[in-house]
Amino acid sequence: MTPLLFLAIATAGGVGATARLFLDGLVRSRLGDAFPFGTTIINVSGSLLLGLVTGLAMNHLIAAEWSLVLGVGLLSGYTTFSTASFETVRLIQARRYLAGLFNGIGMLGVSVAAAALGLWVGLAPG
Amino acid sequence: MNLSWGSLGLVFLGGTVGTALREALALVLPPVDLTAGVRLPLTTLGINLLGALLLGLLLEALVRRGPDAGRRRTVRLLLGTGLLGGFTTYSALATDSVLLLQGGATGVAMTYGLGSVLFGGVATWLGILIGAALQRRTHEGRAVAGEDTG
Repeated sequence: MTPLLFLAIATAGGVGATARLFLDGLVRSRLGDAFPFGTTIINVSGSLLLGLVTGLAMNHLIAAEWSLVLGVGLLSGYTTFSTASFETVRLIQARRYLAGLFNGIGMLGVSVAAAALGLWVGLAPG
Repeated sequence: MNLSWGSLGLVFLGGTVGTALREALALVLPPVDLTAGVRLPLTTLGINLLGALLLGLLLEALVRRGPDAGRRRTVRLLLGTGLLGGFTTYSALATDSVLLLQGGATGVAMTYGLGSVLFGGVATWLGILIGAALQRRTHEGRAVAGEDTG
């Protein structure tokens, strides 16, 4: 990997994280703080897009370098595991077990389905 | 919404460093080939569990020190939302699970996905306990020294 590509991946991750802050703030201002919808929306949409990018790369429709910048950089920096996990534990600490279960297992299920859909779309034109 | 250019800058900086660390680790420790074409993303798993533990520690320590403002807010945005948020990844977890499913490794995919979420919760909880313990120690140390604990 060239230093330039590494730098491009890292910077794209910074852009992704900034987009996460922006979108989470937007969702909080609309839907409130009762349930962490922001992180759910971010992780599901990011999984859909990473599935798509991965499919397109497997299909050789985008260059490997671009799939790294978009996938490993932008979308992996945009989505977050640590915050999702933290919010699940906070829900459980507040004895909101059903909400915690959805935020943990539910988010995983929906994100995996979204990534599968994205991958399927990305592989389709081949 | 209360987003300043300063907040966006802090998260951009942290997210860039977090992503660089994640990518550096992935280059040093590439995924393990389970069978031909089926790769076990152990590095991503380690990154996510470590990041979950550290975020639990950080946020608990911060919340015990006082309200989310000033320097505490700066640290949370730079290291929490930015660095650890960018270091860990959910989209790779979901996509790698799908690739494992597609490769026919259904059991591995289920174990990887559910195991990540379950042990991620355990790691976060452990981090919260450590953060609380550290804060208590600092608190006691300062109380002995007769300083303001604020």
